[in-house]
Amino acid sequence: MPKQLIKGNEAVVRGAILAGCRAFYAYPITPASEISEAAAYYMPQAGGAFLQAESETAAVNMLYGAASAGVRCMTSSSGPGISLMQEGISYLAGSELPCVIADIMRGGPGLGNIAPEQGDYMQVVKGGGHGCYHTLVLAPDSVQEMCDLTTLAFELADQYRNPVFVLADSFIGQMMEPVEFPERAILPPPPSWAVRATAETRKNLITSIYLDPDALERHVRKLAAKYERAEAEVVRFEQVETGDADLVLVGYGIAARILKAVVRLARAEGLRVGLMRPITLYPFPKEQIGDLARTASAFLAVELSTGKMVEDVRLAVNGRKPVEFYGRAGGSVPSAEEVLGVIRNIAERYSLVRGQSPEVAHV
Amino acid sequence: MSEFDILHQRAKCFYDSFERKAELQHQTHYCPGCGHGIAHKLIAQAIDELGIQDRTILVSPVGCSVFAYYYFDVGNVQVAHGRAPAVATAMKRALPHGVVLSYQGDGDLAAIGTAEILHAANRGEPITVFFLNNAIYGMTGGQMAPTTPLGEKTTTTPFGRNPWTEGYPLHVSEVLSSLEAPVYIERVALGNNKMIQQAAKAVRKAIANQVQGLGFSLVEILSPCPTIWKMEPADAQKWVREELTKVYPLGVFRDKTKEAQPRPAPVPAPSLDELPKIFSAKEGRPPALAPAAPCRRTVDLRVKVAGFGGQGVLMLGQVLAEAGLDAGLEVSWLPSYGPEMRSGTSHCHVRLSNHEIDSPLVSRPNVLMAMNEPSLRKFLPAVEPGGWIFYNGTSLPEGAMRTDVTFIVQPFIALADRIGDTRAGNMVMLGAMLEATGLLESEWVASALARLSKSERWLDLNRRAIEFGREVIHREVSI
Ligand SMILES: Cc1ncc(C[n+]2csc(CCOP(=O)(O)OP(=O)(O)O)c2C)c(N)n1
Ligand code: SF4
Repeated sequence: MPKQLIKGNEAVVRGAILAGCRAFYAYPITPASEISEAAAYYMPQAGGAFLQAESETAAVNMLYGAASAGVRCMTSSSGPGISLMQEGISYLAGSELPCVIADIMRGGPGLGNIAPEQGDYMQVVKGGGHGCYHTLVLAPDSVQEMCDLTTLAFELADQYRNPVFVLADSFIGQMMEPVEFPERAILPPPPSWAVRATAETRKNLITSIYLDPDALERHVRKLAAKYERAEAEVVRFEQVETGDADLVLVGYGIAARILKAVVRLARAEGLRVGLMRPITLYPFPKEQIGDLARTASAFLAVELSTGKMVEDVRLAVNGRKPVEFYGRAGGSVPSAEEVLGVIRNIAERYSLVRGQSPEVAHV
Repeated sequence: MSEFDILHQRAKCFYDSFERKAELQHQTHYCPGCGHGIAHKLIAQAIDELGIQDRTILVSPVGCSVFAYYYFDVGNVQVAHGRAPAVATAMKRALPHGVVLSYQGDGDLAAIGTAEILHAANRGEPITVFFLNNAIYGMTGGQMAPTTPLGEKTTTTPFGRNPWTEGYPLHVSEVLSSLEAPVYIERVALGNNKMIQQAAKAVRKAIANQVQGLGFSLVEILSPCPTIWKMEPADAQKWVREELTKVYPLGVFRDKTKEAQPRPAPVPAPSLDELPKIFSAKEGRPPALAPAAPCRRTVDLRVKVAGFGGQGVLMLGQVLAEAGLDAGLEVSWLPSYGPEMRSGTSHCHVRLSNHEIDSPLVSRPNVLMAMNEPSLRKFLPAVEPGGWIFYNGTSLPEGAMRTDVTFIVQPFIALADRIGDTRAGNMVMLGAMLEATGLLESEWVASALARLSKSERWLDLNRRAIEFGREVIHREVSI
């Protein structure tokens, strides 16, 4: 199939439907509304359910219903809406219900603005709702990945019976890039635990309440074991020129795209700079970053925030090497040249070696 | 059937022993004389009578009835406080053959869940809702409910409910009856056996409606809570009968059962093989052409297109990106999302390259296409030495000068008038840019235009505008 030039937000919906999503419930919010709009157009044609919910609170509980019925389901929103969904996400995790949530981040706190930011990191990656649970979080940095990681999100959601986030920002959502969609659509059979209004599923129960402390502890430990399994099985990341890197940049989403340009510019100046891009934010590639801490002299986390993911980088580096941070917020995006300036300064402070690097040749 | 049969015969769709309960598995967790127990029996009997046990899904709330699934041998889903109608909505849409029952208390439905019940009712979701109104929060120990009568003392209205501070008892059945969609709404009471018999009828009818595929049905059940009310069960029942019914008159508030129509069935789903086709049909756009002859030149185009909203800035960028795709190049297109949006200006970043595109953000453009003066002034300093600047104007504004770049200055938008429509000014500018840089062959641009133009008329206009733009470069000399 030829590649198609398409917006990130639409790629999410196409990827979802091809992956068997047949229920979409959401409340409009810029910059995620195009996902709803595309779902409103395609979902009925695919024989699925689309409904504009009365609020994000209702939308996330509609996911609870669709997931209980064993249907692959998703919603999309942005910061303020995700905040409203947190109670429901905790219930979904507690009741072990799979679903996919696309968060197209915008500026915050409060109403903030509709420009790109990465300020939802904590509420998404650390689990903004109550109780001991995690959501798995995938962070696309291209339109192709908006499709591919949405597909993966449905697989992981079913595999771990847990909500999975696709965490992007308004740049990744709005931009157009060529995408190759899967040629074949899939529709997995409903899981055996679902409540499907049939004799066979009559015995099934979906609940998150465990009154007895021992019973709840058993349940929470079961969830914890599941997350431990995910940490061993699911970690994904991309490395660019980290092999000989003195300075390792760490960033995800649109920040990582900028950092890819930064690596090229820095290498052209003879600075040995590489990029570690976490694709899964939970589970975080902490071991891989820990490994890099053995060879690199320093790290620089770059985010569209005042510094959130950098905390995970620091935990992974565990004090072995300095971890610097550079961020812009409020919708301002650092240019590659701006970050390069920060790197020059770091190179000076840590006396990083300058040398002509062979990679420069092809640029 | 005597009245007592209703109360004492175990329904088939109740479990024989309540194994989901940790202890005392032969009795319910409800207090003696609690209305929940009676309401459960009425619902269970209706399920038996209608023969729908396998098809039934009970959505239970947060409140004393949170454990309804201890008792009902049906599909069970326990949900967050107040959200049962949202959950039931999605379950019913996923499983239209199912009989989805939402069971909620008055804190759950009439306080925290008001939005969900109102909208489920307003959409006419074909579900059945049982609304247990005991005028108090039972589970949490006796706080005021929106349904608490005026003057009643609760733990959070220690001096009695005062309308000046707590407002008035909320009449849910009346409120919902003001909506168009609901099919059936009745308020009943568990105040004596006769009332309970009427309640049994209403419960059965509300479920039967759903079995027949009709829309939203709700039964409000005035229900005793002897424990919190601190009354003997018999007194509590009397209070329901004599006091609560004064605040909440019994009766049918809505009954469109006879004239209601079942919700139309959705369009049948395409087969999985056919499914991907739904994506190619959008707006009748032909699919992308395979690159006829891939572009052989080394290309690293970093374009910034900027101007006022309405000047076709984003479209210009899109045509360029689509044409690049047809030429077999890597491409990206990124619209601006910034404070500029407020002042009505917009810009986009376009990249075309033989190599994988690292950043889709263009901070160092080698082509700037500025449709107005503010855009020129804003982005001029960023243009790479040796780059091109296309400016829509008759001359360069004062101070906007650089000697290390090539300027093409033309009133592109005004020129578009010559081909009949200034709205094609963006394409005149694009034509000039393509010609000056010698970048993309006409056929690639033509196929991109065919995909992106809104109509045949626009396609024709855009084509002519691009050709005209190509000529402009040769005819008129720039600075
Ligand atoms: C979000 C949230 N807020 C508050 C509570 C605490 N809570 C549990 S039940 C309840 C009220 C129950 O009253 P009602 O719905 O009338 O049911 P009843 O117990 O009287 O049957 C409250 C406030 C909760 N579980 N969740
Ligand atoms: S507290 Fe009231 S509502 Fe709850 S079980 Fe006891 S009597 Fe029933």
